[in-house]
Amino acid sequence: MFKKFIINCDEATTICDKSQYKEASFSELVKLNWHILTCKICNLYSKQNRKMTSLFKMKSLDCKNQTNCMSKEDKEILKKQIEELKL
Amino acid sequence: MSQEKITLNANKWIDNYADYLFNYAITRVNDSDLAKDLVQETFFAGLKSAKNFQGKSTERTWLVSILKRKVIDHYRKINSKKGQAEVRMNFYDDGENEGSWIEERVPQSWNNESEKVIENRELKTQLDVCIDNLPEKYAMVFKMKTIQEFETEEICKELDITASNLWVIIHRARTQLRKCMEDNWFNN
Repeated sequence: MFKKFIINCDEATTICDKSQYKEASFSELVKLNWHILTCKICNLYSKQNRKMTSLFKMKSLDCKNQTNCMSKEDKEILKKQIEELKL
Repeated sequence: MSQEKITLNANKWIDNYADYLFNYAITRVNDSDLAKDLVQETFFAGLKSAKNFQGKSTERTWLVSILKRKVIDHYRKINSKKGQAEVRMNFYDDGENEGSWIEERVPQSWNNESEKVIENRELKTQLDVCIDNLPEKYAMVFKMKTIQEFETEEICKELDITASNLWVIIHRARTQLRKCMEDNWFNN
């Protein structure tokens, strides 16, 4: 019965990554936690993964606060090109 | 009650939509010049296919849908190119160790110092360097999911990949980023 809960490190860390986005299913979480109980390396990966997620969230926040615009010069060039195309 | 049909006004496209489209493109390709090219191609394609515009959506929605196709085409081109950036394997992919950590890729303990420098500017710069070292497609999927926080379904639809493809890409990107940050920051 327990066999179906046994996964390898590649699968465990894939689920671990998925869980960082809260998109791992219940059965995946059971498999992950079962694996982590017996695998020190993936246990460490899981802890460090949470730290990586907080880093990524910080980066995400930075990006959201930043707006990218085209320069006036680029816009003028584009306007001319569009005018030429319309002719 | 009949809905008013929307008509195109190409004279106002640059003023009204250039920044919006540019911002949309740059978050997906992370390259200012490429984003400019994609916006330019979008406007040109819009002009050429203006007669097909049915007026059921707004101009902006219609232009974004063209830009989306351009972005997808760009990533399909990258996918088909040889000599893509190397993807470092973290796990044995066959044999009796299949799915287990490859020795030199095993996570190492990080220095406790890392706790207090989480807001450090240099840390952010190093993270950017590590993200830039990812293969382009991995970087794109990773950024769309993690940085831009798009829904899984939306990314899959836009890039024409399955959800399991997406999670494999995210997993590979994250393990690569973890290793890069470990080597260059946490244990440096």
